[in-house]
Amino acid sequence: MPPYASILDLIGNTPMVEVSQLSPNPDVRILVKLEGRNPGGSVKDRVALSLVEQAEKDGILVPGKPDQVLVEPTSGNTGIGLALVCRVKGYHLKVVLPTNVSIERRQLLELWGAEIIESPGAEGSNGAVRMARELAAAHPEWVFLYQYANPANPKAHYEGTGPEIWRDCPEVTHFVAGLGTSGTLLGVGRYLKERNPDVQVWAVEPPAGETVEGLRNLDDGYIPPIFEELGGAELLDRKTVVRPRESIEWTRRLTEVGLFVGISSGAAVAGAAKCAAQVPSGERAVIVVVSADDGWKYLSTGAWTDDIDEVTERAKSIIYF
Amino acid sequence: MAVDVRLPTVLRSQAGGQSTVAVEGTTIGEVIRGLVSQFPGLAGQLLNEDGSLHRFVNVYVNDDDVRYLSLLDTPVSSGDEVSILPAVAGG
Repeated sequence: MPPYASILDLIGNTPMVEVSQLSPNPDVRILVKLEGRNPGGSVKDRVALSLVEQAEKDGILVPGKPDQVLVEPTSGNTGIGLALVCRVKGYHLKVVLPTNVSIERRQLLELWGAEIIESPGAEGSNGAVRMARELAAAHPEWVFLYQYANPANPKAHYEGTGPEIWRDCPEVTHFVAGLGTSGTLLGVGRYLKERNPDVQVWAVEPPAGETVEGLRNLDDGYIPPIFEELGGAELLDRKTVVRPRESIEWTRRLTEVGLFVGISSGAAVAGAAKCAAQVPSGERAVIVVVSADDGWKYLSTGAWTDDIDEVTERAKSIIYF
Repeated sequence: MAVDVRLPTVLRSQAGGQSTVAVEGTTIGEVIRGLVSQFPGLAGQLLNEDGSLHRFVNVYVNDDDVRYLSLLDTPVSSGDEVSILPAVAGG
């Protein structure tokens, strides 16, 4: 294999691994796409590179020009991906990050030189979005790529993740992924349905809004603009909540087949298992599920080693999606 | 027939501080209307003036979002758990 010119050239082309031993339905295979293999450690490297390269194409960012500043709200992985891309390309990144994320997320941002602006943990990711929008409005000289509203986010998956899945597994019948910005589901879901309209697209989400203290009322809710503008509600076939305990149980079960993946991956595979269980007996199906990141960033939560009741309580107060 | 409805923190103050409320109904629409008749303060939070679900409200039957089932016509039966969650960001 010839050497790569840049670490950014290693983004994408992730492997899939079969975990059908964990399928509750013997007629349904489950394949996990390991996005933790990206150089920044998550699926969001794809989005970060796509956002920055699109901004360069549009002339919003100019390679080599000094003192260009970006600001972005994130619960972690998009920020980490952007921090990597910005470090390599020479841009300065300010990340608006809720206080209640794992310590490893903060450290990864810092090691690639991102500046962290804290938003109130009680407001969850909605608070980070609010604060970043205010900062961007007050500083028009900063570049605000805004992953929740930028079509370059789902484009990364329409042009990368989706075609990779189709290349490696054209027999796919169901696609399952976590719902955060909705970029993965929109991009991959649209690509796969264009190839085979019968592919079912399932979204998995945490019950994040259940305990968010900082919401004054439901008008403080948030739906990513890309989800509404790109027809997310029409694209999805099913949306299901996976609660913290089940997410951690599945994160642990995945180690039985050798997979060390993040808590949101446990949730996504729990969703895939639920999907598999609903496939009628005798009907063959192949589910592809996205593992957004590996387990390294969650070791400090004790997810694999501590008492499950304690870890579940801890998981309720941190953002792991 | 009653089902348990789980309320998020943001709505509990309008439901006497309760996190779970038992409500009669055979569809999600009946359950939501039953909930609102018990706690009128929830009406403006959950429903639009035309009786449809507020855009920032997600309602789940046994953790499945009813927008991808049959919305307010989604049937419920005894022992089902209904959850209401506000729409929040991730990523």
